[in-house]
Amino acid sequence: MDSGQTLPLPADWRDFFALTKPRVMTLVIFTGICGLLAAPGHIHPVIGFTAILCIAVGAGGAAALNQWWEADLDAGMKRTAARPVPSGRMDRTSARDFGFALSGGSVFTMGLGVGWLAAAILAFSIFYYAWIYTVWLKPRTPQNIVIGGGAGAFPPLIGWVAVTGDITLMPVLLFAIIFMWTPPHFWALALFVQIDYAKVGIPMMPVVAGERSTRHQIAAYAVALLPVTLAPWWIGGAGLIYGLSALALGLVFVVLSIKVGTRVSVPGDGMLPEKRLFGYSILYLFVLFGMLVVDRLATVQGWL
Amino acid sequence: MVEPQKLEPMTREQTELYRKRQRGRNKVLGIVLISFAILFFAISIVKITAQTGGAG
Repeated sequence: MDSGQTLPLPADWRDFFALTKPRVMTLVIFTGICGLLAAPGHIHPVIGFTAILCIAVGAGGAAALNQWWEADLDAGMKRTAARPVPSGRMDRTSARDFGFALSGGSVFTMGLGVGWLAAAILAFSIFYYAWIYTVWLKPRTPQNIVIGGGAGAFPPLIGWVAVTGDITLMPVLLFAIIFMWTPPHFWALALFVQIDYAKVGIPMMPVVAGERSTRHQIAAYAVALLPVTLAPWWIGGAGLIYGLSALALGLVFVVLSIKVGTRVSVPGDGMLPEKRLFGYSILYLFVLFGMLVVDRLATVQGWL
Repeated sequence: MVEPQKLEPMTREQTELYRKRQRGRNKVLGIVLISFAILFFAISIVKITAQTGGAG
């Protein structure tokens, strides 16, 4: 017997909130605030708040567009199957409209309230994540994460530009730090969830190039990241507090990455070194950017 | 021509859940809009103050 359908339930507001990937957003907000606080110059607290709000909402919009586009893929992966769209709690059109509304709203508010250069970079970062990464690169190349890492690297750059109004070497270096950090961070995760990606045909590095090559590349990126994180100190854009912190944090990151890079997993492996590296990589970025702000504060206050 | 889909009437529980979801969304949307108005008001005040050099 054909059972009749009732009017579909409207999605709960919590599902719209979940669509913005709030956990990822915390890192976006944090690095955005750090870029804003570490920049030389003054910004009115209301304008600074607006800039961070726009960065966060823009990131949320890009995340919603990502989930609208990838709903079918998300449904096939254990890690993402419970998201609002693949689980059926929200229709795709709502996710798409919500994503466009947040993206457009954040860019215009940034332009009107903060500045059009910051707004233009924000618009490009949303386009970069929602189109260049999600639609174009992710399904096509195992280098997707390398290039896609740029999307997550924009917040400190935007925060900095919101204060200074121009692009100099320092904010570009902050961008480069997150850009170089993303591959070892994400591939560590991809190593222990690779079955999921293989199932839905996403060419993640461990699926395409194999585990051995991925491990080598994790170690290579971690080693290459170290001088990039030290560059702000060398060029005089940051002081001793930041420099020594970057060195200590970076050395631990390199050691953990080399451990992952040189080992071979066996069936039934708990993948502990990979999980440890993934967890540390998050802490690493939080502390590194936090130290950049502490360093700036110390310089302004004349503690050093 | 495609026939419009006939929908079954909702049960009392379904109607209650439907209304609850609508109320929840309306409340959140209201809070967001009011916050947005306050934010734009604050931005305007800051910009006006900056342009006039804070002179009264």
